[in-house]
Amino acid sequence: MRGNAFEAKVKGDGGTELLRLLHERMGAGAEPPGQALTPDLAAAGPEGRAARTALALREATESGGWALLDHPMLALEVAGSPAYLEPDAVVVHPDGRWTVVEIKSFPMIDAAADASKVGAAARQSAVYVLALERVAVLTKGASVDHSVLLVCPKDFSNLPTASVIDVRKQLAVTRRQLTRLARIEDIADELPPGTTFDLDGQSGASLATAVEAVPAVYAPECLAACELAFHCRGRARDEGTVTALGRSLRGELGSLTTVGEVLAAARGESGDPADPTVAAVRRAAALRAEAGAPCR
Amino acid sequence: MSLITTLARLEAVESGRAQPLTTVRHRHLSERPLVFVPLTTAGEAGAPLGALVGTDREAPTLLVVPQPRDRDLRFTFLADLAEAVLPHLDAYAADIELTERSETDPETGKKTKVEVELCADAPQLIVPGRAGVDFVRLLGRSMRFRRTAEQDPDAPYPAPPRVPLLGRWFTHYGERARTPGAALLLAATDLLNRHWATGQSSLEDQHLGALLAWIDPPAGEIGAEAALRAELARGADGQLLCPPAGPATDPAFDNRLLAPAVERYDRVRQALQAAEDGLAADDRLGQLTAAEREIRRLLAAQLMPTWSAVWRALDLLRELPEGERAAARWTSDRWSFTGHRDRITAGEPPQPRRDDAVTAATKLLRRERAQAELEAGEALDDPLVMAGRRLSGEAFAGEVVEVTPAWSESKRPSPRPLLTLRTDDAPHLAEGAKVYRSLDGKPQKAEFVAYEPGGALVLRVLDKMGRAKDPAPGSVPEKGDRICWTLFEHEQRGAPKLPDPEATPWTHGGPPGSATAEQPDAPTPEDLL
Amino acid sequence: MTVFDPGAAATAATEAILADTLHGSARGVVVDSPPGAGKSTLVVRAALELAAAGRPLMVVAQTNSQVDDLVVRLAEKAPGLPVGRLHSNDSDPYDKALDELENVRKSSKAGDLAGLDVVISTAAKWAHVKDVEPWRHAIVDEAYQMRSDALLAVAGLFERALFVGDPGQLDPFAIADADQWAGLSYDPSASAVSTLLAHNPELPQHRLPVSWRLPASAAPLVSKAFYPFTPFRSGTGHGDRRLAFGVASDGSAPDRALDEAAESGWALLELPARHTPRTDPEAVRAAARVVRRLLDRGGAATSERSPDPVPLTADRIAVGTAHRDQAAAIRAALAELGVSGVAVDTANRLQGREFDVTVVLHPLSGRPDATAFHLETGRLCVLASRHRHACIVVSRAGVTDLLDDHPSTEPVQLGVTVKFPDGWEANHAVLAHLAEHRVSHRP
Repeated sequence: MRGNAFEAKVKGDGGTELLRLLHERMGAGAEPPGQALTPDLAAAGPEGRAARTALALREATESGGWALLDHPMLALEVAGSPAYLEPDAVVVHPDGRWTVVEIKSFPMIDAAADASKVGAAARQSAVYVLALERVAVLTKGASVDHSVLLVCPKDFSNLPTASVIDVRKQLAVTRRQLTRLARIEDIADELPPGTTFDLDGQSGASLATAVEAVPAVYAPECLAACELAFHCRGRARDEGTVTALGRSLRGELGSLTTVGEVLAAARGESGDPADPTVAAVRRAAALRAEAGAPCR
Repeated sequence: MSLITTLARLEAVESGRAQPLTTVRHRHLSERPLVFVPLTTAGEAGAPLGALVGTDREAPTLLVVPQPRDRDLRFTFLADLAEAVLPHLDAYAADIELTERSETDPETGKKTKVEVELCADAPQLIVPGRAGVDFVRLLGRSMRFRRTAEQDPDAPYPAPPRVPLLGRWFTHYGERARTPGAALLLAATDLLNRHWATGQSSLEDQHLGALLAWIDPPAGEIGAEAALRAELARGADGQLLCPPAGPATDPAFDNRLLAPAVERYDRVRQALQAAEDGLAADDRLGQLTAAEREIRRLLAAQLMPTWSAVWRALDLLRELPEGERAAARWTSDRWSFTGHRDRITAGEPPQPRRDDAVTAATKLLRRERAQAELEAGEALDDPLVMAGRRLSGEAFAGEVVEVTPAWSESKRPSPRPLLTLRTDDAPHLAEGAKVYRSLDGKPQKAEFVAYEPGGALVLRVLDKMGRAKDPAPGSVPEKGDRICWTLFEHEQRGAPKLPDPEATPWTHGGPPGSATAEQPDAPTPEDLL
Repeated sequence: MTVFDPGAAATAATEAILADTLHGSARGVVVDSPPGAGKSTLVVRAALELAAAGRPLMVVAQTNSQVDDLVVRLAEKAPGLPVGRLHSNDSDPYDKALDELENVRKSSKAGDLAGLDVVISTAAKWAHVKDVEPWRHAIVDEAYQMRSDALLAVAGLFERALFVGDPGQLDPFAIADADQWAGLSYDPSASAVSTLLAHNPELPQHRLPVSWRLPASAAPLVSKAFYPFTPFRSGTGHGDRRLAFGVASDGSAPDRALDEAAESGWALLELPARHTPRTDPEAVRAAARVVRRLLDRGGAATSERSPDPVPLTADRIAVGTAHRDQAAAIRAALAELGVSGVAVDTANRLQGREFDVTVVLHPLSGRPDATAFHLETGRLCVLASRHRHACIVVSRAGVTDLLDDHPSTEPVQLGVTVKFPDGWEANHAVLAHLAEHRVSHRP
């Protein structure tokens, strides 16, 4: 894949090009990186790699020079369970600052890029920053940058260019989300005993039953993000859920949540006319009919 | 989303068929649109892979890049694309009519009428979806700074002669498409979504196949089923029956069909280069042609369903009568086309990479104006659109129950008749609010005076009644008339004149640097476009 | 630690601003003013001092009512000062009260007003003024609510300017897509101040450090939630303001909410969780009921302004909403309860106004979804910062869950300076505070 080739190119030659970009964009007057440390982070298992990363970060910070950590491993507690995260790179500055580097294959054309992709990269990087902060508090002289470096191909070439992204907003949001996430155990407790999503040793039908046991809040945005989305959409459509047509639709429908309810209310077959929602859908239906839309 | 649109969507769910959102067509459609269905290479962010293009639905031109990483092959594709598109544009550029335009004399500052050329019609470009519009823009950006051998004999990779020109036109079309209501470059999905509400979400409506399945389902099938088939159904070969409308392709197609075919092409080409004698070369050239033909066949099979779908969409849209004000908007498109034609003729450099401060501000003001005019125009052309405005309190329809003659309190009293109206609508009227109705296509203004105890409302008519003491015949509504009034203005006021770019003030960075033409992108061995 | 003296801090800030404006060499001076920090007072004073120094100036405001308001304030302070009110060609282009002011000349042509000490108009009108000698000085009021392209249209009219505004209120918006210019220093859809500072980062930037409007109970929350990097303080202490009722509580939830608000400055009158239409009848009735009880219970406000309690009358109360139909519904509900004279309006229209007590229908109350509109920081900031004494928020329960279901997933444009705070986060912060002042209401 071109993405991997691009990342390899950016990090090639001991990360010279990557460090040059980083120094240019966020060097803050430090000496340009000449020979940077590139510690070996190999270890057994995610826990081992995370420990190795923490050690390498401490050593690099103590050394007072530049260091490039290629695919470090970070740990973060999410919903009561440890999660292991692997940023593309973390750079240690001579002043003890740690900067997250994210390398993406979408282009920056004339210094602009797809805003939704940049947004996703910013949210992803914010989680790395949070995880790094957990290590930094235990490391003397260390601090974590609240800006990250996004590296992308420039224009129509395969040459790297970079942009600094301030992720303070994403950090604040992620921090609050982490404190408010339901714990995985609590979610599991809601399921019938013995439910498993293990693919081995169970039939397709029993797997389907297991999936059915989990309540899903389908919205069309799921289609772009989740492989189960068509399954959930089918369920939502069978139930006649209005949200299957888009979250924004529900904004004006108040407590009417199904297609049938709304249409019945619009036709005057059900609903309390004193309810503003009912009154509004009736008014809408009347205006639509008056304007010549075919009545059905 | 307006509740009226929401209801239409829900009715579509129930009936299994899309429901109309309009009673007329709000965009002009050309007699001879140029349809362009491009594909891009997976993982190569924007490198063209192939396209169908043309004005004859029975005979599209198929253009293919057999190896998207090969610069020469990409240039051949772009050169062929230019040959498919530019003659079409040239024909329109040559057919002009003379019209008058008022221009400010730079010496005297006076406005004078000058005779100018206006292209009698403009070429319209239709792509399947919004991603296609973005791709036109991207191709425009990648081509317009290229240098041909003629422009720059030292250019390391000179572009074929007409490619930079196509880049400028694509850039212009891509930019014009950002103006609300403009119709030089349109996406078939946007056109359909403006006129019909389906029983699915607006995200799913971006899928041309699924959208058509709701609007015009096969006999005996409901929209949801037909749409699901368009989204997911695969043949025995594992390929989608309705391939994506591009420019992105389906991974199953890329991996199972395209990649092996491109690999074969590469192998044969290497063998050709390694051929040691003429006989072997001839043989391998034959194989290369066959390998390329296979890629063309594969891409044609991916593209043809979308090609047909775009034309089917145009057929459906043509069944709607064109809205009255769509013609005036199309005239703006003709001016836009003519203006760009003139800039090219005058030898101006290609559009810069990014707008300067004054250009950006001018464009935003024009687009806001276009947006307001579009919203007003669509409502005035179409009672179904107006219904949405009435529901939201921005318009009201009512019957005149009383007309009371009255006059202004000046030395030469002018007519200011009072109208009492009964309406079931609930407009958001504050005291003194201005309201407008269309009188022979021109807006007539009135102001809201008060609600009467019974709920009727009183308006005072303010203009369009002539200069005499008594209103001109037909200029004041009569008892029993049913009239629709809007709280929004029908026409936009003149925008302020911004400074010339050379006079950009200090608050905005002062004048932009000297107007040297932008440099071309530096070529690198691994360029995508 | 020295004791914070709000009066001294505010005076020092004002003096520094005036020194830079009158004697500085920079072409522009920028002043950030949080809610109720004396922005209008500053604008009037700067105008008078410039005029007194023999330096005629133009003033740019954003709406006609802001312009008229400034004219009236100037005339109050300096009745003899020749002031020009440049207005549009529309009917009723300015407030009739201006006709009573002797030294205020009104015209729709800038030429007619030439030579006057101060000429005031809206940005929209100034944009059409051509062929005049540029003013040496200008004051741009509500500069954060002015769009960059509007500044571009008028900047040629002056040589240097004082820009004053509140960065926490609602941003200007465009009705057409402006994404293609995001990240450009002169993005026409950005605020005038962000363009100005992007091109002139060396300009002196000042901040009014004290809110004289917000009470000690509100300033810390509003400062933390909406101005996290430019904090401000309240000009009054906890004991300086008091809200009391002549009539005791009847024990109902609205009355208990009033007592809570009188005591702590905040109350959350919380209705049972339910998805409702925007004009949720129960929430609308609850808001109207709170206003009715405020008046019935003989509310009286004691503050630094007067030693004696001042009766809380209808004109000192406002109801704020996100949408116009909500405002209309509450107006109707108030009329049914026989209440008149209370300002009921949307956040957009309440910007810049001040009341003793505000009742706010929470923008997310009863909503099944949280859109960018409803999460916009400025909207909540405006609604939560109009009061001198207390703010009562009416909402359905479940808004925090709603926020959790709609985490902020905003797109990010390269090169755009991040504007703080995030709407999602600010909403959470305000709700967390309100939760401590919750009164459950089961109508």
